[in-house]
Amino acid sequence: MREACDLVVVGAGPGGLAAACRAAEAGLDVLVLDAQPEPGGQVWRSEARKGANRLARRWLTRFAASGARFRPGARVVAAPEPGVLLVEEGSSSFAVRYGRAVLATGARERFLPFPGWTLPGVLGVSGLQVLVKDGLPIRGKRVVLAGTGPLLLAAAATIHAHGGEVLYIAEQASAASHWGFALQLWRHPAKLLQGALMSAALISVPTSTDAWVIAAEGEGRVESVRLSVRGREEQLRCDYLGAAYGLVPNLEVARLLGCETSAGAVVVNERLETRVPKVHAVGELLGIGGVDQALVTGELAGLVAAEQPIPVELERTWHRVRAFAAQLARHDAPRAELRRLATPDTLLCRCEDVPMSALEGCQNLREARLYARLGMGACQGRTCGTAAQTLFGWSGEDVRPPCLPARIGSLRLPSDVSSTHARES
Amino acid sequence: MREPASKATTRVTLRINGRAVTVPAGTSVAAALAMTDSFVSRADLSGRPRGPLCGMGVCFECRATIDGVPEVLMCLTPCREDQEVVTDA
Repeated sequence: MREACDLVVVGAGPGGLAAACRAAEAGLDVLVLDAQPEPGGQVWRSEARKGANRLARRWLTRFAASGARFRPGARVVAAPEPGVLLVEEGSSSFAVRYGRAVLATGARERFLPFPGWTLPGVLGVSGLQVLVKDGLPIRGKRVVLAGTGPLLLAAAATIHAHGGEVLYIAEQASAASHWGFALQLWRHPAKLLQGALMSAALISVPTSTDAWVIAAEGEGRVESVRLSVRGREEQLRCDYLGAAYGLVPNLEVARLLGCETSAGAVVVNERLETRVPKVHAVGELLGIGGVDQALVTGELAGLVAAEQPIPVELERTWHRVRAFAAQLARHDAPRAELRRLATPDTLLCRCEDVPMSALEGCQNLREARLYARLGMGACQGRTCGTAAQTLFGWSGEDVRPPCLPARIGSLRLPSDVSSTHARES
Repeated sequence: MREPASKATTRVTLRINGRAVTVPAGTSVAAALAMTDSFVSRADLSGRPRGPLCGMGVCFECRATIDGVPEVLMCLTPCREDQEVVTDA
């Protein structure tokens, strides 16, 4: 099976939706692919059903009316030639031939290993939040959250709103860095308001800067956590632990297409075009910046793809959100202590059960893959690769197809997709 | 795309490892797993239990056989009536 379109958008979060809306409204034939069953990405997960968030509702309604086609449950597994993507969808697959592409693959959490992080009940901070949004029963459950930045408060607010008992919020950033960051938020009125609303609901939750998880303990699932709080150790009994340290962009599809990356983000020009012609990148791929950055860059890329003029106001907004992204990156940078929590027995690669001790003598990711099978399992190094980069400074290698576990049939180019390389502009 | 209309009262019943679980429509299979006795999605190579981690289709800890299709991620799959979920645990 195959699909053809003027513009393919990979990812239906705010960035992808904004790009799709702008391009489809200007008359392009737009196809949007997303692994989830509904549009909205992680940040607007389940908003398509609940409609509680006004901004999300506005964009989802606009998207539904835009004329863009949406393919849920669709995962890009390979890019066999310029202008073609191979996509797996449920138990079938198809090829997409596109004129331009907007990559809006968003971000994932940065997990860092500590003793007990593989116990059931230990999740990411946003990981626990999305499961609660998706219906995980949290009423009356005791929750500890450890991580960094605004996501910690967002997760706490969701858990609190669903009746969960947030026992403690551990922010890894130092007090100076954290309050410096908070003081900068006055430049971003929307975020300031959001922060204030969240804090009001969570006023009774003990929170500390300079705090992080040392270990999770329990028989068969997490029962308690040990925290380091400003140099003291504290132990708390809990039902769930959310522990992750900020976000990192999902670069796999961009790397698969050959886009250049630098300092963990996709390199783009002022038209948001990557070093691969006609392939654009938006949102978190440019460096973590949240919903505002995703929307503004998505709109820009959609307009560029449709060869529409760019409103000056949109350019101005982009410069403003970039300043916020830079501050966030400084605040969320994991502190050195977090790199020393894992013991020799602690698993780094959860798929292949590779303990820290197995990496002795490895100098880079390639050696760790070859000698210890680090990152060779089902998730293809998405979790441990990010951790290894933070722990050892090992950078990711090129992504090879398939970039996710895929059926052999999904990797075959359908015969009706011409393999000539003629790509008209 | 589904309408954002209220479907909160609609409930579906699925089976997780043979056990019937009734949840509100729209609940993900990974979230429904927490309504069984354990929040265990698989066993690691040494037989130790694992549960969902990322909730977003990144970590593959929550893979299961759903309606006969292996390696499906529970966190990206909405619960449906009569769904048959078999974990690796």
